[in-house]
Amino acid sequence: MAKRRPPADFVVERDDYKCIRCLACVRTCSYGANFYDERANRVFTENLKCVGCHFCEAICPTEAILVRHNPLATRENAHWTSEAVTDIMKQAETGGVLLTSMGNDKPHFTYFDRMVLNASQVTNPSIDPLREPMEIRTYLGRKPLALELENIEGGIALKTRIAPQLKLEVPIMFSAMSYGSISLNASKSLARGAQMMGTYFNTGEGGLHKDLKEFGENMIVQCASGRFGVNVDYLNAGAAVEIKIGQGAKPGIGGHLPGEKVTEPISETRMIPVGTDAISPAPHHDIYSIEDLRQLIYAIKEATRYEKPVGVKIAAVHNVAPIASGIVRAGADFVVIDGIRGGTGATPKVTRDNVGIPIELAVAVVDQRLRDEGIRHLASIVVAGGIKRSSDVVKAIALGADAVYIGTAALVALGCHLCQKCYMGKCNWGIATQDPKLVRRLNPEIGARRVANLLRAWALEIKEILGGMGINAIESLRGNRDVLRGVGLHEHELELLGIKPAGEAW
Amino acid sequence: MKKKKILVKEEYCIGCRLCEIYCVTAHSESKNLIKVFRYELGEVAPTVIVEEKEYTTFAVQCRHCEKASCVQACITGAMHRDNGTGAIYVDQEKCVGCWMCIMVCPYGVIKRGVNKKKVASKCDLCVDREMPACVENCPNEALVLTEVGES
Repeated sequence: MAKRRPPADFVVERDDYKCIRCLACVRTCSYGANFYDERANRVFTENLKCVGCHFCEAICPTEAILVRHNPLATRENAHWTSEAVTDIMKQAETGGVLLTSMGNDKPHFTYFDRMVLNASQVTNPSIDPLREPMEIRTYLGRKPLALELENIEGGIALKTRIAPQLKLEVPIMFSAMSYGSISLNASKSLARGAQMMGTYFNTGEGGLHKDLKEFGENMIVQCASGRFGVNVDYLNAGAAVEIKIGQGAKPGIGGHLPGEKVTEPISETRMIPVGTDAISPAPHHDIYSIEDLRQLIYAIKEATRYEKPVGVKIAAVHNVAPIASGIVRAGADFVVIDGIRGGTGATPKVTRDNVGIPIELAVAVVDQRLRDEGIRHLASIVVAGGIKRSSDVVKAIALGADAVYIGTAALVALGCHLCQKCYMGKCNWGIATQDPKLVRRLNPEIGARRVANLLRAWALEIKEILGGMGINAIESLRGNRDVLRGVGLHEHELELLGIKPAGEAW
Repeated sequence: MKKKKILVKEEYCIGCRLCEIYCVTAHSESKNLIKVFRYELGEVAPTVIVEEKEYTTFAVQCRHCEKASCVQACITGAMHRDNGTGAIYVDQEKCVGCWMCIMVCPYGVIKRGVNKKKVASKCDLCVDREMPACVENCPNEALVLTEVGES
């Protein structure tokens, strides 16, 4: 009896007194897990089909449904966890790579949660952000080492030519998610949200849908290894261009959008025939060195007449600091570092859970390296991968980042419940799907309002924390590691993070 | 006074039919979802209807037409327009159940009352509530209350 069916991951419990047989759960489950038995006049669930997205729980008007986790009921074993055993069962059956989505869900150390912030007491005054102005506007791009001024008639003018900059009203942007990996309504929600809050969303590598063109001023266009939809109009459509080398959820791995998902509108935006697989190679086949990267950066700068910042996104890996140094020297205006907790639409589970390094360490070492080499001003650092609350943003900036990207957090604002089944394309929340029936579940008006609310809330919290520390501009927080202290971290970790342990004074 | 209208956004209707459920509850005796289902189903029916065909679903209720055929067709004057709100109501005392209104309604949103009395039943824009129940509870804002023009 080796051939054993893996147990259901979730159990859907239904309170029969509360169930009014409205069948909303039956009608809406895209996985077909809920069904109605007319003769018994009862609603049931096939637990094996449930992915734990909690849509039925949310739609049920009487709160009759409870979706519960169903751990494998074997003998308790700290080493052979329920997940490890069920994964083996699945692979013994299929002989294939286990796919998953979203970011790393393993209890790896989150350094953000082991760092605490400072506040003013007696010797320096704290600031009340409700009464005094707080500056959190951020500019991304190459900065001059010094400013040269000249006297002109009636005043002073700036002589130094400033490189193109991205102006962010909040130091938080929406990370790259392509149209294809997420629905058009999800893209529209992020685009409108970015426009409302004066920040940027990123097209991802799927090209640019015509409905998103109007958001050009708040858009970063991406150029990845598949080069889908890339042409000179595309590069000029946004406010900046980002070259994607790697992403945190799957460092060293390309992408694959199966042919069945390449529908008419997607084929149009990606510029490939309908029904063909959209394969993004693991490397850029024209970039095998920093020198090659420089060629692409300058090719894009030429194409955009040196009017738009060009950034490079890499996954945080062991050698991240020297690589980032090379990227800055290659001419990038901003460097995006995506940590091990970064999300994705589809990735092999083994890669997502084991490859890469935590973003906190990566940003600390990159910032330090660039400072040591005297090139920190040449590029801004954008941090991505698992930013889940406003304090993470503050800590990331204190460690040396200029701004952060949020992906998963924005999707959660849109309804995502992190079921990690994006790769199936059946997202009940209308986010990671192209099925017209499911896409309409995400009303972009609601979506935009919610993501903008999230940014507004985080901005208020950031100002609150800054005020408490007696800082009135985010500029004064950047790389200011003195405001951070580590709790329960090893000496060498503290050294890499460049922070002191809690309890140690200045 | 401005006229209230319910705007139907077909492109965002997810076909969950919660509008129907909340409509029934709002017009029930107990106003309680579970009690309505268990004890009062024979007494009330929804006046909002979800139309569904393949990928298209949308909720529709009385449009309170400018030129209302139901008012013109009514033989007893039960179907009438309220001059204050501009909405069309049915006076159940006057209604004799001839169903002419049902025959002439171009949207098919007037239904027979489910109780024993022969009356027509239709959307009353939830007169006793600030926000119609279907609009308030639509999870995707596919039903929106708008105010149009001067009445």
